[in-house]
Amino acid sequence: MSAATAGPDTSGHFGRWGGRFVPEALIAALEELDDAYRLAMQDPQFVAEFDRMLREYAGTPSPLYRAQRLSDEVGATMLLKREDLNHTGAHKIRNVLGQALLAKRMGKRRVIAETGAGQHGVASATAAAYLGLECVVYMGELDTKRQELNVARMQMLGATVVPVTTGSRTLKDAINEALRDWVASVGHTHYLLGTAAGPHPFPAMVRDFVRGIGVEARAQCLELTGALPDAVAACVGGGSNAIGLFHAFVPDESVRLYGFEAGGEGVETGRHAASITGGSSGVLHGARTYVLQDEDGQTVESHSISAGLDYPAVGPEHAWLHDTGRATYRPVTDAEAMEAFRLLCRTEGIIPAIESAHALAGAIKILPELRPGATVIVNLSGRGDKDVHTAGEYFGMLR
Amino acid sequence: MSVSTAFEKARAEGRAALVGYLPAGFPTVDGAVRAIRAMVESGVDLVEVGLPYSDPVMDGPVIQRAADRALAGGVRVADVLRTVEAVAGAGAPVVVMTYWNPVERYGVEAFARDLAAAGGSGLITPDLIPDEADEWLAASDRHQLDRVFLVSPSSTEARLAMTVAHCRGFVYAASLMGVTGAREKTSEAAPALVARVRAARADIPVGVGLGVRDGAQAAEVGSFADAVIVGSALVRCLLDAPDLDAGVSALRALTVELAAGVRRG
Repeated sequence: MSAATAGPDTSGHFGRWGGRFVPEALIAALEELDDAYRLAMQDPQFVAEFDRMLREYAGTPSPLYRAQRLSDEVGATMLLKREDLNHTGAHKIRNVLGQALLAKRMGKRRVIAETGAGQHGVASATAAAYLGLECVVYMGELDTKRQELNVARMQMLGATVVPVTTGSRTLKDAINEALRDWVASVGHTHYLLGTAAGPHPFPAMVRDFVRGIGVEARAQCLELTGALPDAVAACVGGGSNAIGLFHAFVPDESVRLYGFEAGGEGVETGRHAASITGGSSGVLHGARTYVLQDEDGQTVESHSISAGLDYPAVGPEHAWLHDTGRATYRPVTDAEAMEAFRLLCRTEGIIPAIESAHALAGAIKILPELRPGATVIVNLSGRGDKDVHTAGEYFGMLR
Repeated sequence: MSVSTAFEKARAEGRAALVGYLPAGFPTVDGAVRAIRAMVESGVDLVEVGLPYSDPVMDGPVIQRAADRALAGGVRVADVLRTVEAVAGAGAPVVVMTYWNPVERYGVEAFARDLAAAGGSGLITPDLIPDEADEWLAASDRHQLDRVFLVSPSSTEARLAMTVAHCRGFVYAASLMGVTGAREKTSEAAPALVARVRAARADIPVGVGLGVRDGAQAAEVGSFADAVIVGSALVRCLLDAPDLDAGVSALRALTVELAAGVRRG
């Protein structure tokens, strides 16, 4: 393996990024998890069971779809990795099935999760129901009001939703509350973290559970076009769908990797969620990474039309891929993302998640940097059913 | 007065030391200075000044609320250092309890230098483990600051020995598997944890925190630990009071009770 694919080191560092910045009380649990996950990934039985669940229950491999009308419109070959067709409508099912299966193997009877808009909460509740685990989801009080339908979905699936009333009452505070629960419950509880961030081993473990996205896309692209793509593109909030797509392509030096962060109203306005473009080195939620913070190191609130990207930090492996120059990270504004959202609806009959629309908008923007007629894989990480209300309001179709 | 001098004094009196925590900037910067001075006058042997942080994962609801209000009031890291300076001469050594990001953002070397210049004795770092602390280990050596890492009932023997070896001043035994906050019962795991720390290293005092709220509990913890650490119960005096005068009165009364407790233990 090249240096770029070998990370992290045994203490969980990708270069200077990552590591473990958590209370000592959690270290034993993180070490137990690290051991269990490494043993599980070497156990053919676990790997076969995970594959079976992904295939029979989640519906993978997801298709790599040649979007012809879109391609004609933009003058390049656009291939969409259809993670939106998975059960529960996003790439996230891969991570939750992997972690829930691991939790069961570790003898845990309860899983806890954080959620922003509710997508990871719904996915966690789904995996917990499927595997017979108790599930508690922490969700910022503001978000429980903004996303009532997802609260109801989680409850239908048998999960308990706990509104978080501290701090800014959003995703970052839900993570804080889940960590507080975990400190007191590590004996019987697994923290089912929703993205490739947090303390070691979460960034590497979540990546390994979602890296099938890139493994599949690489093989599918070779079969479909006879060659590797010129570039792959994904949106980046915490960064799980992006690392899932990128990882299999990291050793392919001819393939450019593009991550598109939520530029919100524009990075220059300060109202954005672009941690790499507009943030700085810091420590948040257990890892050293790029963080949106003020002069005193207090976390600054992020802003994005896309709830799934609205997070003031990013997974540490992305910080490292940025520093090494292997991947390129750019901001995409709300307006640019919504323009791409509309384009995909009209040219392909696909309503994407607004998160994924950031990836599409960014991919179209970078086409002039590639050869004419280039092939680009865009991770369509989720479907837009959940965003119909937001988009309908944005386009003036709903009041 | 240094941290070790404060511990020696308590030991000479045949009792545990009383460590009191209050966040800087709560209810205001000046109000916190007044409250901390009152705490020292009422019998606290060592002061922990909390640095309010936006994401305090180790803290329960009481300290979270106080930190939120301090931040809403505009408290800055410079105010925390000014608070340390204002209370450093009050008769008890002062350490700062802080999550790691504000220190990293300020600059580890610069923070160590300015903390030492303000008369602070060291740092308690709830989310920094020695494995990640190279820069702080060097800066604290350069500026002769104490460094207090946490040990937990779940720490393995190897981790406990490593952590304790990196501590200077005292060791913070976080006796409960949970966040800060007063409890009806203190932890049954605490005496065993203290014994494990002493077995790993005999020459450093062990303070027990998480859960102590009254004189009886202080006496109980003081019977087996070198220091009794109280936070949430003291902060609550200020949170629950209608105004600062009432809050400081309640704080004095509780501190006197706790100080009597460590003398019974």
